[in-house]
Amino acid sequence: MLTRRIIPCLDIHNRKVTKGVKFQNNIELGDPVEMAARYYEDGCDELVFYDITASAERRPIDIDMVREVARAVRIPFAVGGGISGLPDMERVLLAGAEKISVNSLAVKKPEMISEGSRAFGAQCIVLGMDPLAVPDNPRFPSGYEITVRGFREHTGIDAIEWASKAVDLGVGEIVVNSVDADGTRAGFSIPLTRLIADAVPVPVVASGGAGNPQHLVDVFEQAHADAAIIAGMIHTGDYTVSGIKQELVKAGIPIRQKW
Amino acid sequence: MIAIIDYKAGNLTSVKLAFETLGVTADITSTPETIRRAQRVVFPGVGAAAAAMRNLHALELIPTIQAVVQSKTPFLGICLGTQIILDHSEEDGGVETLSLIPGNVIRFAPSNPHDKVPHMGWNRVQATQDHPMLSNIDDQSEFYFVHSYYPVPTNAQHTFAQTHYADATFAAALGHENIFATQFHPEKSGRIGLQLLQNFITWNP
Repeated sequence: MLTRRIIPCLDIHNRKVTKGVKFQNNIELGDPVEMAARYYEDGCDELVFYDITASAERRPIDIDMVREVARAVRIPFAVGGGISGLPDMERVLLAGAEKISVNSLAVKKPEMISEGSRAFGAQCIVLGMDPLAVPDNPRFPSGYEITVRGFREHTGIDAIEWASKAVDLGVGEIVVNSVDADGTRAGFSIPLTRLIADAVPVPVVASGGAGNPQHLVDVFEQAHADAAIIAGMIHTGDYTVSGIKQELVKAGIPIRQKW
Repeated sequence: MIAIIDYKAGNLTSVKLAFETLGVTADITSTPETIRRAQRVVFPGVGAAAAAMRNLHALELIPTIQAVVQSKTPFLGICLGTQIILDHSEEDGGVETLSLIPGNVIRFAPSNPHDKVPHMGWNRVQATQDHPMLSNIDDQSEFYFVHSYYPVPTNAQHTFAQTHYADATFAAALGHENIFATQFHPEKSGRIGLQLLQNFITWNP
């Protein structure tokens, strides 16, 4: 049986892992390579790194960091932030990442998805999306609007419309990061995750709001998520990857238990 | 020396890094001479079958691969590399492939819409026959998969391990003489994947 994946997310700023709420008040948490190695040893199934300022600063991603992570872990990892086209994608993949996560720039330049998918395969191209709840607005039939640039800009694009278009363009996976739940540690947005997971044929990763193991149980059982991203709850030391996995196993979720 | 065949089908860095972790040098190469001289050959790949076959033709690597297989050099296929050692893939409207082991490659057709394609993530692998490449690996160990098509060897004797996904029980590992080939990615499957690559380093078919 295919197991559900637990994916620690490391937000990178100035070569350090940081954590803020809704992309603000960032505090430094540690060295990305050391933290990646620790989570790998503790049984995480995959990792994701977002260079959270690369895009805003219009600079390429930190390739040396990607290379070091690739030496330190033997599991797949995705890299996002500041990816603006095929040359950036190729650099990240050749440095040893398995997947490229595109977000804001793909909204402006959707052909980036199809170009990347044709060149490297759909399995390499992950769409990160940051939907914001906008209930009862006829412009957004799904009830969610896509935001970009760290939730700062509205796009006027409906979340389901964008997810479906991205699948047609060739993404192999979608990370659904709830703007409303991000950083709250109060649980994933179940309605949003389920809405996207049930609408697209590719795997969906739930993101934003994980605060305890029950939140992961809920998003796997109720929202059909294929994977879940965790951040603050492990970065602060309140929980460990292996501890979370034990709780999920007890709840009957299929989880990789030996590594 | 281990040669990792580079035919412009995906990223080979993690295969090379995995062998480096084991203290073994592996060269990523498209040069037929280097591949023929290698003690062991890895045939990886991700992406689409038709493009892969076009690249193999353009790089004139098909006779090299045939020679390596005939010379009894240990030969490890991974993912797309595994699929194209069979006869035919239904990807891209149908592609004739290398025919090193008889069989076909077909697409997942899940009846449950929650079974997503690609099959992406860690899934259990059940050995169906003993093989030196599977030694020191517990049955039902999980390996990392990412693929939309899966191999169907014609003869059951060529299947060494199986995995279940989306209404299909498919061959996760194939073997024939000096060929061993996995649908999963041992180079991304943590310590258990490294054990399989370690087995390859010492395998004498």
